[in-house]
Amino acid sequence: MKLHEYQAKLFFSREGIPVPKSGLANTPIEARQIAAEIGYPVVLKAQVLSGGRGKAGGIRLVRGDAEIETTANLIFNSEIRGIPVHRLLVEKAIEFSQEFYLGIVNDRSLAKPILILSSSGGIEIEEIALTAPEHIEKKPINPLIGLQNYTVRALASKLGIDYSLWKPLQQIAASLWRLFDQLDATLIEINPLVVTPEKTLMALDGKMTIDDNAIFRQKDFLEVSDQTAETPTEQEAKKFSLNYIQLNGNIGCMVNGAGLAMATMDCIQQAGSEPANFLDIGGGATADKVTAALSIIIKDPKVTAVLINIFGGITRCDEVARGLAAVLPEMRRALPIVVRLEGTNAEEGKKILEPYPQLLQADTLMAAAEIAVRASKQVAS
Amino acid sequence: MTILLNENARILVQGITGREGLYHSERMYAYAKNVVAGTSPGHGGEWVLDYKVPVFDTVRDAKESTQADTSVIFVPAFHAADAIMESIEAEIGLIVCISEGIPIKDMLKVRALLEHSESRLIGPNSPGILTPGKAKAGIIPGSIALPGKVGVVSRSGTLTYEVVQALKKAGVGVSTCVGIGGDPIVGTSFVECLDLFESDPHTDQIVLIGEIGGNEEELAADFILNHVTKPVYAYIAGRTAPENRRMGHAGAIIEGKTGSARSKIESLLRAGVQLFSYPEEIAEIIRI
Repeated sequence: MKLHEYQAKLFFSREGIPVPKSGLANTPIEARQIAAEIGYPVVLKAQVLSGGRGKAGGIRLVRGDAEIETTANLIFNSEIRGIPVHRLLVEKAIEFSQEFYLGIVNDRSLAKPILILSSSGGIEIEEIALTAPEHIEKKPINPLIGLQNYTVRALASKLGIDYSLWKPLQQIAASLWRLFDQLDATLIEINPLVVTPEKTLMALDGKMTIDDNAIFRQKDFLEVSDQTAETPTEQEAKKFSLNYIQLNGNIGCMVNGAGLAMATMDCIQQAGSEPANFLDIGGGATADKVTAALSIIIKDPKVTAVLINIFGGITRCDEVARGLAAVLPEMRRALPIVVRLEGTNAEEGKKILEPYPQLLQADTLMAAAEIAVRASKQVAS
Repeated sequence: MTILLNENARILVQGITGREGLYHSERMYAYAKNVVAGTSPGHGGEWVLDYKVPVFDTVRDAKESTQADTSVIFVPAFHAADAIMESIEAEIGLIVCISEGIPIKDMLKVRALLEHSESRLIGPNSPGILTPGKAKAGIIPGSIALPGKVGVVSRSGTLTYEVVQALKKAGVGVSTCVGIGGDPIVGTSFVECLDLFESDPHTDQIVLIGEIGGNEEELAADFILNHVTKPVYAYIAGRTAPENRRMGHAGAIIEGKTGSARSKIESLLRAGVQLFSYPEEIAEIIRI
């Protein structure tokens, strides 16, 4: 789960990482009130979970009272890479002489968190890696011991960062590690971490991603979770513990298992169409869950055919068939549905579905994909 | 021979009194009769599977009484890292973790502990290991595979079943089928499994089933190029997956430039691997 900048900064400030004075505005009037409190100039920053907010016009400097509501309005009425803006962070504009990048991220291959420091902050780390790789240094952190100061000094020394900044850098890195560890983060970034005219360090922007698998023990995040990135259908699927992701094609699909679901999507493309969704019903799905899954798939108006591919292991094909049989008579849209049942109790499943002539059955996955694509094109024409 | 698991394995099931643990213990027992013990805290002294399998409170007790050498873990995600560490501490040689959804932080600690131990971990979020005709540790249905000489290694479950069954329909058998797990941090990599298959005299050819996310397949390609002499076939799932969305498996996500199907397919092709483009196609391209 990704956190907004303002959420990350709340955690930064809780752990003693200096951040500019700020407030969160839901309306242009609130933005003006907050700016009056903290004093001009201020920066208005759209709180959307997307990179490149600046380039997209989501970050603007405001020098005085006269222009703040117009500028706030401009941002509220815009979309940042397709995402509507609901909240603005109104933040004191800070002068600075240098920009660093400081982050901790899990490295999959090393199976360790790594500390990353760059003397060329202010742009995305991937971009620094391309344009100025010599300005990036990183070191793994032993997860059993945690971040030690010497690791931070080693990076600062290699990058030639002024010695007077090492101590505050160590303190900020230590805070960052505490947050990373306590909050089950998979990524925390301060970018830029700036040097102010007073030679102190301050976090001007922040990113945090929390491990979805750890949300159960991070109760704070159950409240802050922002679902605006999910479509309403995706949110509904969640209620049934269905793993559903909406896509742009027109063949809806339902599969047991994530790898097989991806493979089924790829087969649809190979057969000449595009998948409308990813949907993994998981292992051992009950009839109710299958019923819910089919209802969710056909809610997408783009869907012109459905492909159901079940390889029964823990999942029983007869149970899946019963779930389908429950929803078929109530379907208002006459969509072609291709079913392919294989593995545990496949024969029983096929029998249950025999009375439904609108179902097309297939024996192999690729054949099922081809039939679905053909049927979908007939519907469209 | 075969890799990791053979007919001599003595299997211990952690979480044997739970619904899934019990169900799959029955399946494993039916397959090879080599489930020798189970653990479930507070249930020590009980028996399961019609008094054939004793239950212990701890892994160490179970190991001392039954000489179990392979553990299969079915406990819920929030206890799973604890269960893995208990087996590492008890010096169980092979630990197979089926549980899905373990926090990454817990897995980082597990990996750090594994570095200083003799134990090997398969998974988590793995369907387990099947050595057809000899033993199964996990949930891969025994009925889908014939014994044979093709080694199979995969990051997923049902997709693997699909490929293995396609081989069976073509009369091709499997030496060992290993599911390394769909999580970003797992105990055993593709490269390690390829290495084991390369040295296994009972494996002639290797099938690798990868998917988007991470760079395991790219590392596997490098290893194949330099160290594998046996023919390798590969399938990569997720060519149509969008960026930045987790496709069910916690590890299946394209982040920035890392993890796309294209990069994996190109690396494997450069390593001389034969790619197949849909699961059942393996039966058409594999040489027998």
